[in-house]
Amino acid sequence: MIPLHTSKGWKDFFLEAGEFSRFSGRYFGQWYRPRYETREFIRQCYLIGFKSLPLVGLTAFILGLVLTMQLRPSMVEYGVESQLPAIVGISVVREIGPVITALIFAGKIGSSIGAELGSMRVTEQIDAMEVSGTNPFKYLVITRVMATTLMLPVLVILGDAISLYGSYLGVNIRGNTSFQLYWTQIFENLSFKDVIPAFIKSFFFGLVVGLVGCYKGFTTKKGTEGVGLSANSAVVVSSVLIFLVDLLAVQITDVLGFT
Amino acid sequence: MTLNIQQIPAKSGRPVNTQPPILKVDRLFKSFGSNKVLVNFSMEISEGENVVVLGKSGSGKSVLIKCIIGLLTPDSGSIKIFGSDIGQLDDHQLDETRSKIGFLFQSNALYDSMTVRENLEFPLRRHWIKLSQEEVDRMVIKALEDVNLAQTIDMMPGELSGGMRKRIALARTLILKPKIILYDEPTTGLDPITAREIIDLMIEIHKKYNTSSLVITHDMNCVKLAADRIIMLINGKCHATGTYEELKALTDPQIKEFFRHES
Repeated sequence: MIPLHTSKGWKDFFLEAGEFSRFSGRYFGQWYRPRYETREFIRQCYLIGFKSLPLVGLTAFILGLVLTMQLRPSMVEYGVESQLPAIVGISVVREIGPVITALIFAGKIGSSIGAELGSMRVTEQIDAMEVSGTNPFKYLVITRVMATTLMLPVLVILGDAISLYGSYLGVNIRGNTSFQLYWTQIFENLSFKDVIPAFIKSFFFGLVVGLVGCYKGFTTKKGTEGVGLSANSAVVVSSVLIFLVDLLAVQITDVLGFT
Repeated sequence: MTLNIQQIPAKSGRPVNTQPPILKVDRLFKSFGSNKVLVNFSMEISEGENVVVLGKSGSGKSVLIKCIIGLLTPDSGSIKIFGSDIGQLDDHQLDETRSKIGFLFQSNALYDSMTVRENLEFPLRRHWIKLSQEEVDRMVIKALEDVNLAQTIDMMPGELSGGMRKRIALARTLILKPKIILYDEPTTGLDPITAREIIDLMIEIHKKYNTSSLVITHDMNCVKLAADRIIMLINGKCHATGTYEELKALTDPQIKEFFRHES
């Protein structure tokens, strides 16, 4: 990590931010242009999306269950126990589901992309790709960033659904609510104002994870030591950026009247 | 000081430097910050010629070879391959030119996530060449047979030994039938027996495919066996050129240092 308590640290921070901006600009300038690496993109969607589902599903299920069990005593105390599905539903769909899924995603996929591209950089595989008539930025970066951008919203939707099933189980540990009543309560209290902003911001979370992971991996230096640093900083930086994007998203949805 | 030595016929029996060069590096400068790596470096390679650039670690050999293939951009000077200035080519022309050049990386650079077959297919598929699956399969098997490793076709690079990985990497450079092969430290990290096998393979390929080659190394055994002509790269400059015997006979202390253990 960059030490920000020295003037050199700040200089390095701004240099890094500038490099990252240039890298991101290169992505936005090239992603829609041919040559389209469709096969590699589909492969990455499978690896990034489908293979992340068990981890996302497990954490989402536990999250829904625990959240419900933690909320129940307070809700019983205030006599609003019947509102438990609605409260959990809104919390999960609006905020906790997208953010937790994005953080899990950053830990699994961000580090994996950072390490994979970093190791390809230090073992000259990226150079070999360029010599073999392939634009490594298009083949490695654009496919992965597009896959993270498109797969995270899908994982968020599935994670939310699994989380709410976990919550249903939590509701019924101490209570007796029918499956139909539980889901009716959730959907009666959810509106598009809750779902749409959460869905849109998850695209940006995916974009951040992909861009940071690819940037860190693609610019790896210092041999094998650098690979570890890339994987680590990909997770740390993308996690911080997820919270910043979330903060920004809340402000925008507030201004647009989605709250 | 640059010692220019009269050329003598190459080991293959062909007179060298009688044809226009297929590779011409002219007054090349490359620096990283204040570190001047290549200083006014010039060289030529004729068709069918094996040239070895000999220099210590950190003398700029790998930088030179990466400038030639277009992975690094020189500060000034020109590099002409097959008559085209590499710095003036657009992406498509550069791709076309690179398809005629083989590059054996020091670290082999095999794609870890692909099988040997996929590694060899990769350059065939990427250079905009239209080939049927049968043709691709035939070319892959032929390239693997040339390096005596046809049995590894469905293995992953991680399952292979260092020498086998080097051979597979060589097969990958051969698959496009290049006119010139650039070898970056081909024997580094290999035991003496495997290193000798790789050198023999390089010589065999040179004879079989009539390729030119530029070998970057500090391995004197490789220099002795593979070079038609040697270029001594010292302090980023072409210090001397000549055959192995010619350079060995010189009294220049920097050159003698390389040949000290040979005598």
